[in-house]
Formats: sequence, structure tokens, C-alpha cells
Amino acid sequence: MSHPYRYQLGTRTWSFRNLGDVLAKATPARSGDRLAGVAASSAEERVVAQMCLADIPLKRFLNEALVPYESDEVTRLILDGHDAQAFAPVSHLTVGGFRNWLLSDHATPAVLKALRPGLTPEMVAAVSKLMRNQDLILVARKCEVVTGFRNTIGLPGRLSTRLQPNHPTDDVAGIAASILDGLLYGNGDAVIGINPATDNVSQTIKLLRMMDEVIRKYEIPTQSCVLTHVTNTLEAIEQGAPVDLVFQSIGGTEATNRSFGFDLATLSEAREAALSLNRRTVGNNVMYFETGQGSALSANAHHGIDQQTCEARAYAVARTFAPLLVNTVVGFIGPEYLFDGKEIIRAGLEDHFCGKLLGLPMGCDICYTNHAEADQNDMDNLLTLLGVAGCTFIMGIPGSDDIMLNYQTTSFHDALYARRVLGLRPAPEFEQWLTRMRIFDDAERFEPNTALPDAFGLALRGIPGRTGHD
Amino acid sequence: MTEKRPIVHQNPWRKLRQFTDARIGLGRAGISLPTQELLKFQLAHAQAIDAVHCPLDVGQLQADLAAAGVVARPEDVLSLASAAPDRATYLQRPDLGRALSPSSGERLSVHAPAVGEGPDLAIVIVDGLSSRAVQSNAAPMVARLITDLDAEHGEWRLAPLTVVEQGRVAIGDDIGARLRARAVLVLIGERPGLSSPDSLGAYLTWKPCIGRKDADRNCVSNIRPAGLDYANASQRLLYLIRESFRRKLSGVALKDRTEEVVIDSTIESKNFLTRD
Repeated sequence: MSHPYRYQLGTRTWSFRNLGDVLAKATPARSGDRLAGVAASSAEERVVAQMCLADIPLKRFLNEALVPYESDEVTRLILDGHDAQAFAPVSHLTVGGFRNWLLSDHATPAVLKALRPGLTPEMVAAVSKLMRNQDLILVARKCEVVTGFRNTIGLPGRLSTRLQPNHPTDDVAGIAASILDGLLYGNGDAVIGINPATDNVSQTIKLLRMMDEVIRKYEIPTQSCVLTHVTNTLEAIEQGAPVDLVFQSIGGTEATNRSFGFDLATLSEAREAALSLNRRTVGNNVMYFETGQGSALSANAHHGIDQQTCEARAYAVARTFAPLLVNTVVGFIGPEYLFDGKEIIRAGLEDHFCGKLLGLPMGCDICYTNHAEADQNDMDNLLTLLGVAGCTFIMGIPGSDDIMLNYQTTSFHDALYARRVLGLRPAPEFEQWLTRMRIFDDAERFEPNTALPDAFGLALRGIPGRTGHD
Repeated sequence: MTEKRPIVHQNPWRKLRQFTDARIGLGRAGISLPTQELLKFQLAHAQAIDAVHCPLDVGQLQADLAAAGVVARPEDVLSLASAAPDRATYLQRPDLGRALSPSSGERLSVHAPAVGEGPDLAIVIVDGLSSRAVQSNAAPMVARLITDLDAEHGEWRLAPLTVVEQGRVAIGDDIGARLRARAVLVLIGERPGLSSPDSLGAYLTWKPCIGRKDADRNCVSNIRPAGLDYANASQRLLYLIRESFRRKLSGVALKDRTEEVVIDSTIESKNFLTRD
């Protein structure tokens, strides 16, 4: 049993150490897998690994754990939670056969929805490695995932946005300025979510109060979130803070999550606490998770598994807690994991596909850092592709420039571009609010009002400075 | 042409820029970025890219350090390289950026004390992710720090000053260990932001040796004229160095209390949007 996975190509026999080795070598090229030393050593070996993978039965993933069951609670979550009945329609298929089936007209939105509990992240990651970008788009588009808190996220033909009003010192006036800018560009229906510069409980509470006051005063059908550690949010809830969504960065192995300072029990506790506040009006989804390829390797907790498969395993963690939003922060981690625009675009499409197929409200932080080989054009490409794929939400930030986290993500303008070229509307409750507040002049064309809407004119009165351009 | 509407719509809330450096109130052409704002962004991104990719001019830096009085002659600053042969490799292989190249290792070993106690502090200048940050800020920062160190103690035994190309923070552990320094201070170009392509970071590590973790270090960040200026950065570093030598440790156990702000949860959350 030294090399149980073999593939004969002409006169040469290729062998792979184990299932994880086949998956890693079948993965489209990326720097993180090279850094981890798990990538294919040649272009030919990569395709041979894909051919080998295509012949592996889906059932094998139920019998051969990539990360040991005994030592990893994420593996236990995946295998113990597997629904054999839901799996039945595809249980006879190989990974290659599964690709064909997903692309076929047998896989309707309803059939794909029923299949979710029968799929493991490893099956989904495996099939994604055989798929071209257009396959990832086409199948993801068939997956409908609808969630709700104070509005309804993920309906077909809709695209939501997280308003991300970060400020390097958490200055409330600075944050409020970015919030107003975003709202007036029609942004913020997924969540108004701040990454705090100072990460502690009292700061979290201050920012939560600030956003709660804005949401209540202007009766905005949206939710807020401070992206602090789950234990900080729990403490904020105990202190009576107005918490809508609980945030946490999650990974696909127990050791990754421990390095983030939590386990599955922590997430359960936080979810119960948030539900107990009864702040929701539309749906029961109270969690906001962020993920990203490379986090397990970065935490030295990847067990020799490729970064895309580790990422898909994080979605098993996410779906256990019925999140409102899951965001893959695709280009944030840096070029040692995803080197250039091509790798970032591929990873964004993979993550969106895997998340959607597993039933998650998958959004994407379409982003890059200044040391990656990427630019605004790459982000335009990924935004357009994800818009076509039916991505649930994207980020919105003033002029693409996050002045706190020092990276570039999609802007308020970018969201309007995607709306206009693809006809994607905001969440229905939020869309009605935009019209009622006269923020959108022409909701059909996503045209912001050229004049300042009355409700906000009052807020700006008394602030020195001309109202026009400087 | 009957259309009277302007082609570019300005945003009447642009005056809110007094509250933030965020790119708010940009206006729009249709629903897109106006040309002027597009080009401003492109320029900022271009500067950040150049900061990452333009190689450090080591000769110029050595000359600047000599001119600033940090060393007697430019060649007194040892020029070293990491095991990453070029920028593309450096960006993808952080492990190689943490180790000295074999030839640099040999060159440095000449300067390691054979017997007796090593130096107190090794100052290591590393290009990191922004050569621009190092090129413009390293010499004045080191000059200021050495002046301040001399003024307060006078007894600091400093290792030879080193400059490393294609290096990461942890290369200071390798260098510090080889020089048998009690502590190492790495000055390194930080990942450039769109509005801060020239930001220098300083990392202090007590008892440097290969395998030190981030949690073992103390960091002073955003050192640049428009951020934390040299005098203030030097005061912070002096505090950390003093405390590190007194307590014989660095990292999370050694908190920088010079910047501690007491945050009161009753702090006003009200702002112009929610004021009655």
C-alpha cells in the first residue's frame, strides 16, 4: 500500500502517495501549494493527477479521511454529518462523472439543493479541480442560497454589498463619512461591517452602538457587524451591546481554528447568544464568516493538504452554523499563496463554486495587495465573472482603497458597474429603502440621485466647507 | 444635443473628507470613476508597485549612512543578501527571505566574536517589501536612534551595521545569532499601502536565534515623515530596548506602554450622522 494511487499513461506509470497527494497535484498551479511543497512538479504530472482523480469514486472520500478523524474535529463534523440518503443520486459516480452530472440538465437548482447534505467539501474540491472557469461559473449559477436577517440576501438576479467603512484609528466621524458615502452610492445591504483598528471589547461596543444608531435613525433594512474575535463579540453581547452578526475567520482544520483561538463549541455558544438577542426581522442567519485559501498553511496546520481543499473544508465549518454571509477574502493573504491576477481569479471562482455547491451564501472580497502581481483590471475581470456566476455579495469601499488594512478591494462604483452591466439588483428590502430615501433616482438604471437626499442634507448641515467639489 | 446634465456629477458630501483619508465623494461619470480620480488611484498604485519592485540602492544607502555619521566609511556597513536570488522568488518563498545566502553567511562569520561576550545590539536594515521606505527612511532613523542611545547610556556595544537585500523580518534572527548579539533590531520596508508606499517597520527581538516567532518580537510600525516621525519612533524603540534588556525578553510579554490609550466604552458613539 505504499502507492495505492497509480495512473498508466502510455508506457509510464505515475503514482501518488495517497488521496491528498492526488488532490494536491491535480490542483491548478498556485504559489501556496508550491510553498507547501505539495504541488505537481510538472504540467504533465498535474494533468495526470487530474486524470487519476477523475477515475476515483466519490464514495472514496467517505472512507479515506485526508485529516485524521481522531485528531480533527472538522473531519468528524464532515463525516458524522454526512447524509447518505441525500448523497444517493450521485453515490455511483466518479469525480469525473460528477463533473459531467453537475454540468448536465439533471442538476437543476432544486436537485442541487437537495444534494447539499450528501456532499463533503473534499468531493466538491475534487470536482472543482477538473473544472474550467466557465464550468465553475455555470454550476455555481445553478445554486440558489437565500438567507435573511433584516433583509433577504441571495435571491436570483440580486447582488448585495458589504459596506466596509474602515478607518485607521476607528474615528467615528471618519467611519460615518465612509458609511454615508457608501449608502449614497446604494451600498451596504449585505452588512455594514467594520474591521476595527483597535481590537478589543470596549472598542467593539463603541462601534456597534455607532452603527446601531445609524441603522435605527435612518431605518435601514440592513445589519451591522464589527469584525472582531468571536470571544470579544460574546463579551460584548454579555455587556448588552447591540450585536446583529457574530464574526469569525475560520479555517478548514481544527489546528487552524485553534490558531485563530476558537473551536466549534465557541461558535455554537456565540450563535446561541446572538439568536437570543432577537434583533432580526426577516431570517435567522446571525453569523458572518471569512475564509481564504492559504490560512491553514499560514498557521502551519494544513496536514500536507493543498490550500484549496483546506479552504473547502472551512465551508463545512461555516454551514454548520447557518451563516447570513460567508466571504472568501481571496487576494488578501499575499503572493506567496496566490501569486498573480490569474491565480486570484481562479481561486475566487473555485471558492465561490465550492461554497455555493455546499449551500453557503458565498460572497467574495475581490482584492489584492500591492506586492501581488495584480491590478484593478484583474479585479474587474473577477468581479464580472463572479457577477455572472451569481455571487451573493462583494465588498464596497470608498475608491477601492482600504486605508486601514492597506489593500485594494471593490469600490462603491464597482458595484454599480456590476449592477448596470449584469442587471443585478440589491436585496429587495434595501432596494425599496433606496427608492424611498430618494438615494436612487432611477432604481432600474441604478442611478444615484444627483442631489443630496433630504434626510442626509440635515446631517451635513453645520459641517463647515463647501458642499461642492474642492 | 438637448442634454443639459453635466457629464461628471460631483458629490455634495465631499466636504466630509475633512474626517477621513478614505477616497469618499469621488463623484461619478455615469456610474463610473471620473478620469481625474481614476488617474490619482493609478498613480498611487504605481508608486506602491515601484516601492516593491525597485531594487534597493545599497551603495547609496551605505553612503547615506556614512554621511549621517552612523559609520566612518560607507564600506563599514556590511552588505548581505538572503537566500532568495531575485524578487519573484522572494515574493513567493518567504522561507528563503528568512535565511542568509551561503556567501553572505561566510562573510558575516568573519565579524562574529570568537570568544567572550557578543555585542548588545545588532541593527539590521532589510529591504523587505518597500525598498523606497528603506532608501528614504533607514539612514535618518538609524542616525537618530544611535544619537539617542549614546545620549542615554553611552555603553551600548553595537554589532557591525548590516544591510540585507531580499530579506524578511526573521533574517535578523539568523544575523543576530551569528553575531552572538543579545538583541537584534530589524528595520524593514513594510508592505506598501496605496497612501503609504514608504513605511518603515522596526522589530526588536531579544536573544535572536533561528525559529523565533512573531510573538517573540515587538514592533514599531509606520515610521515615515508623514506617519510616525524619527524622533518619536526613536523614543518608542529606546523604551522597548531598555525594557527588553532590563527584563531579558521581548514580544507579547513586553508591551509597549508608550502608546497605550485608555479606551472608555462610554466614549461618544454619536457623530454627524446621528446627532439630533
